[in-house]
Amino acid sequence: MDAEAAKLIGAGLAAIGVGMAALGVGNVFGSFLESALRNPAAADGQQGRLFIGFAAAELLGLLAFVVAMILLFVA
Amino acid sequence: MAAESGKIDPMHQFLIEPLFGKEWAIAGHNVAFTNSAMWMAITLAAMLIFMIGGMKRELVPGRWQAAVESFTGFISSMMTTNIGPEGKKFTPYVFSLFMFILIANIMGMMPVGVVGVHPFTVTSHLTVTGVLAVISFAIVLIVGFWRHGFHFFSLFVPHGTPGYMIPLIFLIELFSFLIRPFSLGLRLFVAMTAGHILMKVLAGFVINGINAGALTVAIVSIPSFILMIGITLLELLVCAIQAYVFALLTSLYLNDAVNLH
Repeated sequence: MDAEAAKLIGAGLAAIGVGMAALGVGNVFGSFLESALRNPAAADGQQGRLFIGFAAAELLGLLAFVVAMILLFVA
Repeated sequence: MAAESGKIDPMHQFLIEPLFGKEWAIAGHNVAFTNSAMWMAITLAAMLIFMIGGMKRELVPGRWQAAVESFTGFISSMMTTNIGPEGKKFTPYVFSLFMFILIANIMGMMPVGVVGVHPFTVTSHLTVTGVLAVISFAIVLIVGFWRHGFHFFSLFVPHGTPGYMIPLIFLIELFSFLIRPFSLGLRLFVAMTAGHILMKVLAGFVINGINAGALTVAIVSIPSFILMIGITLLELLVCAIQAYVFALLTSLYLNDAVNLH
């Protein structure tokens, strides 16, 4: 396979990782809302943990994006 | 690479270029005043105007003072809930960090392009966010070793670990501790870069659609432009969330250093 074509395919495959991170972030906020509606009084106290979970889930998707960018522009 | 698909190169916005001549040098190192440095200075000026305008310490706060106090109160309550009473002394650092990142992010989103100035997002470069992350990590290390001495290494062995698991757990915890400055800097850098590339790609759709004729204006340019308005609002939200996450994670890491586990 041509090296250039392999790079583009690799970048496309890395984009799958970004989509997977979307599932993760959606799961974080979805679960938070679900339980926040069950017990609204306790929801505000958990906002810090919500954003920690969001940051952890998002980071992995961003890493996939970095891989795609490195393949497209650097490698 | 990207320029081949159209005339608009989405990576050009991240180019750092000297503004007033390239020849400024100290001991052989180029110290030219770049657009990055200029936007950092603009960020600092905006921050100073915002803070000084609200620090008149009136007994009955006006609107401006209330805005400043809501920011300081937000950060100081974050420090108290995450670190406890000893978190107060780190409030100035985390507050400066939060305000700098927030204002730098928002300055990069300013629509000054309509008057011909190119906005530049300072936080879209790993050098800048990396240095901010390294400063945070250095403070964590200094505080940790200052307060606990070599007892700080007990951070890497959680309570109740069985004896035979200690070497493995120690390695894993040490690795996850050492990776923190990278993840901290990389998260902010990539989030800003990705958002700005996305907006420039959409802007490229709008411009190329207009160039291609009336039909593509209707089916490509106008939907892209409407999507861009939505993405811009989302990006403003991301600006605030990333600044918050950076400050929050810094305070959590400081909590590790101050209180161990």
